[in-house]
Amino acid sequence: MKTATPARKIDSFLDQEYSAGFETLLEADTLPKGLSEDVIRVISAKKGEPEFLLEWRLEAYRRWLTMTAPKWAAVDFPDIDFQDIVYYSAPKKKDGPKSLDEVDPELLKTFEKLGVPLHERARLAGVAVDAVFDSVSVATTFQKELGEHGIIFCSFSEAVKTHPELIRQYLGTVVPPSDNFYAALNSAVFSDGSFVFIPKGVKCPMELSTYFRINARDTGQFERTLIIAEEGASVSYLEGCTAPMRDENQLHAAVVELIALDDAKIKYSTVQNWYPGDKDGIGGIYNFVTKRGDCRGARSHISWTQVETGSAITWKYPSVILRGDDSVGDFHSVALSNHRQQADTGTKMIHMGRNTKSTILSKGISAGRGSNTFRGLVRIAPKAEGARNYTQCDSLLIGDQCAAHTFPTIEARNPTAHVEHEATTSRIGEDQLFYAMQRGLTAEDAVSMIVNGFCREVFKELPMEFAVEAQKLLGVSLEGSIG
Amino acid sequence: MLDIKNLKASVEGKDILKGLDLQVKAGEVHAIMGPNGSGKSTLSQVLAGRDTFQVDGGSVTWDGQDLLAMPIEERARAGLFLAFQYPVEIPGVSNAYFLKAAVNAVRKHRGLPEFDAMDFLTRVKAEMKAVGMKEEFLYRAVNEGFSGGEKKRNEVLQMALLEPRLAILDETDSGLDIDALKVVADGVNRLRSPERALIVITHYQRLLDYIVPDHVHVLSQGRIVRSGGRELALELEEKGYGWIGDAGEIHAAPPAAGGA
Repeated sequence: MKTATPARKIDSFLDQEYSAGFETLLEADTLPKGLSEDVIRVISAKKGEPEFLLEWRLEAYRRWLTMTAPKWAAVDFPDIDFQDIVYYSAPKKKDGPKSLDEVDPELLKTFEKLGVPLHERARLAGVAVDAVFDSVSVATTFQKELGEHGIIFCSFSEAVKTHPELIRQYLGTVVPPSDNFYAALNSAVFSDGSFVFIPKGVKCPMELSTYFRINARDTGQFERTLIIAEEGASVSYLEGCTAPMRDENQLHAAVVELIALDDAKIKYSTVQNWYPGDKDGIGGIYNFVTKRGDCRGARSHISWTQVETGSAITWKYPSVILRGDDSVGDFHSVALSNHRQQADTGTKMIHMGRNTKSTILSKGISAGRGSNTFRGLVRIAPKAEGARNYTQCDSLLIGDQCAAHTFPTIEARNPTAHVEHEATTSRIGEDQLFYAMQRGLTAEDAVSMIVNGFCREVFKELPMEFAVEAQKLLGVSLEGSIG
Repeated sequence: MLDIKNLKASVEGKDILKGLDLQVKAGEVHAIMGPNGSGKSTLSQVLAGRDTFQVDGGSVTWDGQDLLAMPIEERARAGLFLAFQYPVEIPGVSNAYFLKAAVNAVRKHRGLPEFDAMDFLTRVKAEMKAVGMKEEFLYRAVNEGFSGGEKKRNEVLQMALLEPRLAILDETDSGLDIDALKVVADGVNRLRSPERALIVITHYQRLLDYIVPDHVHVLSQGRIVRSGGRELALELEEKGYGWIGDAGEIHAAPPAAGGA
């Protein structure tokens, strides 16, 4: 038959290229492959770190040596040779840029190409950015304006130099190095990341964001982000990520720690678009990340929102420890896996304080031969009087070769706890596409309409400009066929 | 407007349409009647472009163009509308959003300015009133959890908004009580105009009391075996489909075919 079929239309629309897949050619300061105590000493020395931090790294490394990589996730990949990875790579520079004018124009161009506004004159964007290129932060914008409010927003390395007392006080208090295999590895070798400190009573006047870019070949990216909101402070923080297209898999093992004291609020949003590999599953980023927030103070609120469209494999469970009484934790997630992508993601809500509340809203989209797993834990500790949790877990299947799994775990040790769980699975059918196309819509409009409708509750949690980006990204990332 | 010649179509290797001829001119209302499995729904789906049906021969010309070569959405934008026998549910997509996107896709194609949110709401609310739909249906997901009658009203609403040049109603009357049937028929009658044509596919003549056709065709075993005026429908009502056998070349209603 001569007409274009919904399935065929989808194929052509969905065959869009990964647009961030270019590589920037720069002179780099790169360590040889491999990991040892000496490598860690070199990293620490290159960054001019105080002794306590080097010791902390070494201890993490020794701990890591005794651990084995976790195998429980519903993902499948060959064992990683940790001696075959470069643990430090940085664009070469003389003294480190004092201002944006000193940043290598090639780098600025790279971030411009990615749509990341590094020029402060791009004030309209209204977002302060910390740009991390391979192992180091290359630029942080709006530091001066933020400083007037007493806010510290800088690269992690800079914070180690300028505010070692804060690092010492908070680093590893939410995710200790011994937490898991990848967290231990990160603690040993992390090279940079972002640091945010919002002092007592301050509402951060603009969105803060970090943009992570993996550029160098064979390099692992191990960034460390630490955000502290003191009593009554609030901040909204965004992170975005991309990487060039390569045939080899690259490892990204980050650790993010959030600390909210009494009445503080931290909203952390991620749009993760690491290179997912090609349609046969060659290449792509292994995204093995530990993210955890600690609602340390009473009435504090930590909210995670993530849109995960990239990476060959995603292994990530942004969690909240609800320690303070009346504290609130949220997790809103859209995870898409297409082609051979595998995502095992979810959250943990650990209720310890009284009258703590948490909400989990997870939207998994599987297309092509993608596999999407939601893994969640809701734990109500014996003392968490009056704790409440609501979990909703929805899966959308596109085509008939993809998979969706849901593994919710609930441990309620207090009889007053109130825990609800709802789950649905649906499929974009040929009949739905035909119906929409018969009304004049193209197949691509129809699919993105259905997918966006599916994700709406999560997208509305994102800051405006990210919500738009997330919608577009989802459109581009969907590549597969209709069964 | 529409010229179907010797159309043959099959599904999964099973022949359903076996050389169907039909001409529809602007301003005309054609009723196609026939027993279950005669190919009525197949005809509507093939005209709309559904790819589960294979076209094996014949031609369909739409304003001089080869309709069968046009993509599904192009047919829709050119003014071909199918009111579904079983309207499809689209969870997560609000009716308002869906309708607005569809209306604007069609308007854009016709060189008309796209409706903004306010224009659209004014327009859609007026049409909803006419088909007896409550406003809340705008904010519910497309057809999700709608009753049979609500789904059919929603089809008529879409038809009114999209202002098609040729509307095909595929058993729109099935499963409707008499009140809903009248509402649907009113909606259809309001659309009648010298520029528009309608193909009403139905098993029962009941609907034709309300939508009075200019031509009635009897479809049996994939072919039109009888054509006539309104009185043909009444005759069918009286005598049943078995009677076709006496006049046409076909005897006895064929067994119900899947997929038709």
